[in-house]
Amino acid sequence: MASISYPIEEGHPAVRKRAGFWASFVDEWIFTVDHKHLGLMYIIIALLFFVASGLQGALIRIQLMYPNNDFLSPQVFNRMFTMHGTTMVFFVGMPFIAGLANYLVPLMIGTRDMAFPRLNALGFWLTLFGGILLYSSYFAWTGPAGTGSAPDVGWFAYAPLTEKAFSPGSSTDFWILSILMSSTGSTVTAINILATALCLRCKGMTLARMPLLVWMFCVVSFQILVALPPLTAAQVMLLFDRFLGAHFFDTNATGDAVLWRHFFWLFGHPEVYILIIPGFACVTEIIPVFARKPIFGRAAMIGASVSIGVISLGVWAHHMYTVGLPSRANIFFAVATMLVGVPTGIKIFNWIATMWGGRIRLRTPMLWCTAFLFQFLLAGLTGIMLAVAPFDWQLGNSYFVVAHFHYTLIGGLLCTLFAGVYYWFPKATGRMLSETLGKWHFWLLIIGFHVTFDPLHFAGLLGMPRRIYTYPAGRGWEGFNLFSTWGVAIQAVAILIFVWNVLDSLIRGQKAGNDPWDAWTLEWGTTSPPPEYNFAVLPEVRSSRPLWDLKHPEDPDWKYEQS
Amino acid sequence: MSIAASLPITAIHDEARNLDRGKVGLICLILTEISLFSIFVTAYLFFIGKSATGPQPADVLTVPIWATICLLSSSVTAELAVRGLRANAKGRFQLFLGLTILLGAEFLRQTAMEWNKLINTDHLTIATNVFGTTFYSLVGLHATHVVIGLLLLLLVLLLSLGGAQMHKHERRFEILSWYWHFVDVVWIVVFTVVYVIGL
Repeated sequence: MASISYPIEEGHPAVRKRAGFWASFVDEWIFTVDHKHLGLMYIIIALLFFVASGLQGALIRIQLMYPNNDFLSPQVFNRMFTMHGTTMVFFVGMPFIAGLANYLVPLMIGTRDMAFPRLNALGFWLTLFGGILLYSSYFAWTGPAGTGSAPDVGWFAYAPLTEKAFSPGSSTDFWILSILMSSTGSTVTAINILATALCLRCKGMTLARMPLLVWMFCVVSFQILVALPPLTAAQVMLLFDRFLGAHFFDTNATGDAVLWRHFFWLFGHPEVYILIIPGFACVTEIIPVFARKPIFGRAAMIGASVSIGVISLGVWAHHMYTVGLPSRANIFFAVATMLVGVPTGIKIFNWIATMWGGRIRLRTPMLWCTAFLFQFLLAGLTGIMLAVAPFDWQLGNSYFVVAHFHYTLIGGLLCTLFAGVYYWFPKATGRMLSETLGKWHFWLLIIGFHVTFDPLHFAGLLGMPRRIYTYPAGRGWEGFNLFSTWGVAIQAVAILIFVWNVLDSLIRGQKAGNDPWDAWTLEWGTTSPPPEYNFAVLPEVRSSRPLWDLKHPEDPDWKYEQS
Repeated sequence: MSIAASLPITAIHDEARNLDRGKVGLICLILTEISLFSIFVTAYLFFIGKSATGPQPADVLTVPIWATICLLSSSVTAELAVRGLRANAKGRFQLFLGLTILLGAEFLRQTAMEWNKLINTDHLTIATNVFGTTFYSLVGLHATHVVIGLLLLLLVLLLSLGGAQMHKHERRFEILSWYWHFVDVVWIVVFTVVYVIGL
């Protein structure tokens, strides 16, 4: 190995390629098992579904702009909010985090690919075709004008509405089968991430030195393995109900509708942590680099991530206070839910302590991280409010809940994902994103987000229920709804600027070089974009910041770190 | 580039130092399968005694002692096959692998006969009541896993009979045997839930 120079020369058998545009296109984007290509493909489809789902969200907001509006019919409105929620969770959130994990985990642990490259490709194609199956529902039965047979039972698909008697036709089957398919993809991806992180770390990289991002993706993978099967099982049961006449959720034949809610939220609540922990992971990698300090409380960070992963498996029934569970159950789930606030608080404390006294560079990735800290804190506080069962009896199923979880998912997750995109785009493409356009994107999205979702808290407090397709005038909701819809327009402009920034920077962006941010983890030690084999020579590390050690041989980290 | 070039040079990845990715992968698969079975078991336990109409479990179920003996002893023969492969004793490996498949197939035959009786004599289908619903789903889910395991074992046997050098794939076969043991352990749980607690 030592005889091969860096990078490997053209024409070497290890890098030989098929000639011709189509042959190389097919090799690189269809038959590929390269974790970097699959990672980018995941992120590209996540962004495409994000646009589709964002449009659905915009249509929902236009319908709710004025009281008694008739922009969308009630039927189409139901299909819109079902598709919006389903797409955002399963075909935007999940592919995006799978893409980040695929791209970053092998690079960060200093290896050449995932543990099971072909399984990796299988996971991607299952996810993509799951999404295509879901969207093909628009063209089934009555066709695009009537929005076809798109699912209309909500992303939570509560029984017994989903039983054949109440949802005839195929719309609910599209929902079940497409998610079954993409869940299988997520499961194999989770297996792959864990096997990669546990088995393929480069020499010297003990678990204690493993980057925190990889640690957090291990926690996420564990959660996927444990929490996704309840959904899969419940969906199989629902298929049996719908096609074989079984009675799991059939309340006419001693089946139980509440059982569905238990199974669904047994998946559904860990799912929100599955989505947000990768966001935490990005922030944890980005803040130290832009504060020029190592992460504060590394061990506490790992402990907090693991405890979030475990505790979050036992909080699901806080989505079910309004079902009427026994008081003991309500108390248990309220306490467990508040308990999650402790490790989350530790993390927020650690991020702030990392910034404290650092030489902060407010580049675009750092801006997103800073906004995330404020917004996620607020989202956490409304979360604690909703964890209190009596408060939830009043506001469960109101727009207060909608505002809360959009705060976590846009104010929290989306901001961290954009932070990640601005941070790793140079590594993946070799070019920087424009800082000027990035700042426009950032400020417009943040302003648009607050204009959209801050008023919805108040609409919710004033009693506006979720999932209604219209509302009467004179309840004090009009101003908030109008304001909220205008916010969507501002967000749309921000997203357009982002799209323009990506396309423009791909062609004309400033050349990035290997290590534009002066960072410390292994992915910045190879070229941008990395060659197919990542590292011609696999690295050996002695601390959790291997590139710091190389750049500062006079004062390396391994002198201070306990191994 | 200068940094990359100065990264210390080491040998290519040595699997000996790290965990085996196949074993880690299979343990992850088993973890997610445990979660899947737990939900079906929970549903079974939840619906015990809730069927408004018959037949009830006590009316129609008989404890499948012979099938259980077959499946559990197939774990022993699977382990003996692994040891045969490890000792590079091809005949012993093929013998015990064949026995494992026969025992697994006999288990499936017993299940098929049980279902045949339940459906045609007792008129219990998945649509009859919640007992039928949960019984066929849980036992069927397990039987599906037995079928998958049997197909994989059969593939190995055919490859070996066809002259493949199976001792080179000892690690892979061991991983497959872990899956088979898992299917057996799940049967102990299903047996306890359906034929002990539920009866």
